[in-house]
Amino acid sequence: MSKKRSDWESRPQARIKKWFFDGYSAFDDEIINQISVKTPDPVNHAVYDAYIDEISANKHERKLMIEKFEDQNVRSWINARGRKVFTRFYVILSFLLACLMIFFLLRTVAEMPRFGSETSPGINEVTARYIEKGLDETGAMNIVAGMILDYRAFDTLGESTVLFIAASAVLILLRIDRNKDGSPVMELIAEESDDRHYEPRNDRILQGAAKVLVPIIFLFGIYIILNGHLSPGGGFSGGAIISAGLILYLDSFGFEKAGRFFTYSTFSWVSFISLSFYALAKTYSFYMGANGMESGIPLGTPGAILSSGLILPLNIAVGMVVACTMYIFYALFRKGGL
Amino acid sequence: MSIVHNFPFFSILLCMSAGILTSMLNHRAAKWVTFFVSGAVLVMSIFTLNLTTSLENSYSFMMGHFPAPWGNEIRIGRLEALAATGFSAVLFLSVIAGFYHSPTFVSEQKTNLYCIMIDLALAAVLVLIYTNDLFTVYVFIEIMTIASCALVLVRQNGHTLVAITRYMIMHLFGSGLLLLGISMLYGITGHLLMEPLHDTIQGLVEKGQYTDPLVVVIALITAGLGIKSAMFPFHGWAPDTYAFAPPVSSALLSGIIGKSYIFILIKFYYRVIGIDFIISQDMTFYLFYCGIAGMMVGSIFAIFQRDIRRMVAYSSVAQIGYIYMGIGMGTAAGVEAAVFQMLVHSVVKSLLFLSTHELVNVSGDRKRFHFLHGAGYRNVPAGIAFTFASLSMVGIPFTGGFIVKLNLAIAGMNFVGTMRALVLIALAVSTLLNAVYFLHTVVSIYRKPPADIVYPEKEKMPRYVAAALGVSALLIFLLGVVSEPVMKIIEKGLQTFA
Repeated sequence: MSKKRSDWESRPQARIKKWFFDGYSAFDDEIINQISVKTPDPVNHAVYDAYIDEISANKHERKLMIEKFEDQNVRSWINARGRKVFTRFYVILSFLLACLMIFFLLRTVAEMPRFGSETSPGINEVTARYIEKGLDETGAMNIVAGMILDYRAFDTLGESTVLFIAASAVLILLRIDRNKDGSPVMELIAEESDDRHYEPRNDRILQGAAKVLVPIIFLFGIYIILNGHLSPGGGFSGGAIISAGLILYLDSFGFEKAGRFFTYSTFSWVSFISLSFYALAKTYSFYMGANGMESGIPLGTPGAILSSGLILPLNIAVGMVVACTMYIFYALFRKGGL
Repeated sequence: MSIVHNFPFFSILLCMSAGILTSMLNHRAAKWVTFFVSGAVLVMSIFTLNLTTSLENSYSFMMGHFPAPWGNEIRIGRLEALAATGFSAVLFLSVIAGFYHSPTFVSEQKTNLYCIMIDLALAAVLVLIYTNDLFTVYVFIEIMTIASCALVLVRQNGHTLVAITRYMIMHLFGSGLLLLGISMLYGITGHLLMEPLHDTIQGLVEKGQYTDPLVVVIALITAGLGIKSAMFPFHGWAPDTYAFAPPVSSALLSGIIGKSYIFILIKFYYRVIGIDFIISQDMTFYLFYCGIAGMMVGSIFAIFQRDIRRMVAYSSVAQIGYIYMGIGMGTAAGVEAAVFQMLVHSVVKSLLFLSTHELVNVSGDRKRFHFLHGAGYRNVPAGIAFTFASLSMVGIPFTGGFIVKLNLAIAGMNFVGTMRALVLIALAVSTLLNAVYFLHTVVSIYRKPPADIVYPEKEKMPRYVAAALGVSALLIFLLGVVSEPVMKIIEKGLQTFA
C-alpha cells in the first residue's frame, strides 16, 4: 500500500504536469511570488498614495475605472480560455521546434569534418605553431597555459572580467545594504528577508572533518595555481579548488566565523588588486607588442618554477578572482550578504 | 605607429580598468569616474575617426606579441571609428542626462556596482566594434549580457524582475546559438581570426565542400544575434525590459547595446563569410522580410499601448526592422542606409527614453497618456527634446530620420519588381503608423492639463540635463542636415570593412 506523499504538489512530476496543462502562466505567478521583493520605490510610493487621495473625486478616477473595467473584460476571457488554448498550442509548437532543431543540428554534425582527421581543413598552421613553438615562445611547459595567458591573453582578461561582473551582478540583486548603525537601508526590507539565519547548526562531525580537510584543500589549490605553467591546471581550476575549501569552511562553521576573514571588503580588495594587476601588466605587454618593442620580461628556463614570464603572476591573479567569485556565488545563495 | 593608433586599445583597457576601479569607490566618486571615462572614450574615438579618415585603408592592431592567426587582434577602420564615436557620444550624453535620477532607483551603497556595469558595457561595446576575432566577440557578448541584466535589475520591483527573467532566458539562448555557430565554424576551418577564416571559407566554397554546415552556421549566428538585438520574431523580451528599466539603462540598452549586436552581424556577413555566399544561398531575404514584418508589427503594437514608455519601447522594435530591412537588401546601398539608421536611432532612442522619463516625472510618475497632458509646459526642455525626437522618428525633413528613409528608398529603387514595391510600400505605411502614435503623443503632452489635477512640486531639472538633451537633439538635426560627410565615411568604410 502506497502512502500519498504530502509534498506531492512540489514534486517534479506534478510541476511538469501543471506546466503542461496550465501553461507558463502558472510559472509566471510563481516567479512573481517567489522573487518579487515587496518594496515599492521609496520615492514614488509616497507620491502615488498622495494621488490616490487627491483624485478620488474627479473625472480621472472615472477614466481609470473605465480602463480597469475594460482590462478586466479582456483579462477574464484570457484567464478563462485564451491562455489555456494558447499555451497548449505553445507547448506543441515548442516541442516540434525543438525536435526540428535537434534533427538539423545532428545532421550538420554528421556532415562536419571528423574530429582529429588529417584531411580536415581545421588542421592548419595555427595549431601547428602552438604545439611546435609554444614552449620556446611562451616558456610554459603547459601548452594550454601558454595559449590562454600569452597567445590569447586578451580573451582571458575578458573571461576573468566575466567572473567579476557576474559577482557584482549577484551583489546588486541579493546584498542587503545597511546603514552605519546596522539597520537596513530600505525600511521595508524586513529582517526576515535576510535568510542567513537558516545556516546550518553546529555539526561536530562536519566541523571535525573540515578542520582536517580545509587546509589540505587550500594547499592543493595553491599548488595547482603555482604549478599551472608546468603541469595541467592553472588559475581557473586552482581557484575553483580554493573556493571549494572556503565553501566547506562556511558550511561547517557558519557565516559569523567565515566573516572573520572573508567579508565584502576582502572580496573587493582581492578582486580589485588581482584584476588591476592583470589589466596593467597586459596593457604594458600589449602596448610593447603592438608597437614592435621588446617587453623585457624574462622567460626563464622552461621547467623551473620561476619561468615563462607573466604567466605565473597572471595565473595567481586569475586564481584569486575565481576563488572569491565562486565563494560569493555560494554565500549569496542565502540572501543577505557575506 | 603614432600614439593615436593606440587610442582604440587605450579606450578599451581604460573602460575595463575603470570598471574594476569603480568597485572600490563610493557612490559620488564612482559616478565621476564613469563620467570622465565615457568622456575620455568619446575624445579618443574622435581622434581615431580623424586618423582613419586620413588613412587609405584600415589597420590592424596586435593585442600582444604574436601576429595575426596566433594572437588576438583588433582592426580599426572608418566605419569602426564612426560607430565608436557615435555610441560613446550617446553613452556620454545619457550618463549626463540620466545620472541625477539615480537615487530613485539604486541605493547609495549599490551605485558603484551600477557604475561597474556601465563601464564594462561600454568596454564590451568598444570591443565588439573593433575586434577582429570571433572568440573575443563571444567573451565580450557574455560581459554585455550580464551587464545589461544588472543594468535593469538595479530597480528591484516585481515588473523588472519578471522582465529581466524573460530577458535573461532569451539572451542566454541567443548566446548559446552564437557559441554553437562559432564552435562549428572553428571545427570546419580551424581559425578564429576573421581574415584567415574568410580565406578558408572562400576556399571551401570554391571547392563546394561543407556548404550545408556553413549555411547552418550562418543561420545559428543570425538567429543568436537576432534574438539579442530584438529582431522581429524574437522581440518578445524588449518592451517590458525597456519600459521598466531605469532611464539610463533603457537608453543604453536600446541605444547602444542592441546596436552593437547588429554591428557584429554586419561584420560577420561582410568580413567573415562574404556577402556573396550568403546571397547565393538566399539567406539575406529572411532578414529582409523579418525587417518589414517588424516595421509593421512593432508600430501597430505601439499604437495600442496606454503607457508611454511601452509605446517608445515598441517603436524600437519597428526601428530595428528598418535596420534589418537595409541589411537584408544585400546591396552596398542597403547596408549603408542600415548603418546610418543605426547611428540615428541610437541617438534618437536614447533621447526619447530620457525625455520621456522627465515628462513622466513631472506628471507624478504616472505613465498613462491622460496624466501627461501639459507635461510639455511643466518641463519645457524635455518637451522640446521629445517633440524633436518624435519628428525624427516620423521622418520629417531636417531630422536624421528623414535621411534614413530617403536612403532606404533610394536603396530600394535599385531593385525591380516586387522588392522595389515592397520597400516603398513598407516605408510609406510605417511612416504613417509612426506618425499616428508619435504625433498623438506630442499633441497630448501639449494639451491643456485638466484643472482638477494637482501636480506635485518637483525639484527643477538641472541645467546640465537640459543641455545634454539639447545636444542630443542638435545631433539629430545635424545628422539630418549635413548627412553627406557621414554617408561618405560609411560608404568608404564599408569598402575597406571586408
